[in-house]
Amino acid sequence: MSPVATVKTLKIDGRDVSGRQEETILDVARQNGIFIPRLCEMDGLSDVGACRLCLVEIKGQNKLLPACVTVVEEGMEVTTGSERLNNYRRMILELLFTERNHVCSVCVSNGHCEMQMLAQRLGITHVHFPYRYPKEEVDASHERFVIDHNRCILCTRCLRVCDEIEGAHTWDIMGRGIDAKVITDLNESWGTSETCTSCGKCVQVCPTGALFEKGRSVAEMMKRRQFLPYLTMMREENE
Amino acid sequence: MSKKKIATVWLDGCSGCHMSFLDMDERLLALAGAADLVYSPLVDAKEFPPDVDVTLVEGAVSSEEDLRKINMIRERTKILVSLGDCAVTANVPGMRNPFGTKAVYDRAYRENVTFDPGVPDQVVPALLPTSRPVHEFVKVDIYIPGCPPSADNIYYAVTELLEGRTPDLTLKTRFGS
Repeated sequence: MSPVATVKTLKIDGRDVSGRQEETILDVARQNGIFIPRLCEMDGLSDVGACRLCLVEIKGQNKLLPACVTVVEEGMEVTTGSERLNNYRRMILELLFTERNHVCSVCVSNGHCEMQMLAQRLGITHVHFPYRYPKEEVDASHERFVIDHNRCILCTRCLRVCDEIEGAHTWDIMGRGIDAKVITDLNESWGTSETCTSCGKCVQVCPTGALFEKGRSVAEMMKRRQFLPYLTMMREENE
Repeated sequence: MSKKKIATVWLDGCSGCHMSFLDMDERLLALAGAADLVYSPLVDAKEFPPDVDVTLVEGAVSSEEDLRKINMIRERTKILVSLGDCAVTANVPGMRNPFGTKAVYDRAYRENVTFDPGVPDQVVPALLPTSRPVHEFVKVDIYIPGCPPSADNIYYAVTELLEGRTPDLTLKTRFGS
């Protein structure tokens, strides 16, 4: 980090705000208590712009830009919650619900799920698209954890925390488009993985009930995410 | 002014939404003052009447009989309400969908049966290939997600509809709650 911080001033939803030049619109919005929905972004991990829920409007640009990977610029005027944006966001979430089998009522994360909460916050009472009901695997071969692909939204938080924080890179993505899925090692069973350290970080950062601790029943899986910004901060201090 | 007519139907669900309906407790008396329950698993009427004001549908559409019923009910109802996650999303009944009907029939009528195993060809209606939300078949006017929706939310929605208003349930309930 350069010793002299350059500060940019901009408007978010009509409010005058400022941020350091390397900060994103999402960072600055968060610091100012402005809510922008997101499911893939997580404080302490690299940003990938995968879920598209944080798309915002920027005055003078036709394109919508993801707030998590767009850095602030001087004089920017950002709108975070127009009807157009919220329509797109509901559409994205509804498509996520149809893509796999998210059965909230019997999910370990019922009541603690980021996707479920976001659907409620955005006013989704039903899904306008036909459900796909694909057949997805559940891998319960690990001694302590389970991956249920029915509930995975491919946010890749597990990949990033495993690679960037734990340094194991057990998780990865296989396949393209609708066939994409998260895998352990070279699509081998999690239980026999030689790279997995069983640290459980992937389970804690997962926004849904896709990754959970064994023995948790419906609505019992509460994730502890506080460790991540703390861990990142302590490491930066030690460098 | 004549009393409004309400009905409830039970398609592929666990009856939990109807239990939640009964959970309105003493408010059922207030509701009985404002409307007649003309058709329901909770009353004795055998035929669905032709001119119902509000119908609450519990359950997904899973069988040929469910499909016949929901089409008939839609024709005879002014305001159709999807009540609960099974009606809104297919929820638990929909969990059979990835496996296909043969696996379901085998499990229910062959694998777990000791006497005369086999799929019944009468009385029990045939399954549709997948169990699906009500609004994938007929127009739905109001959605009350929840598993089950709370008695408070059902009471709020029904009383608003009887007063001629559109209930806003967006922040009151959610999938799975």
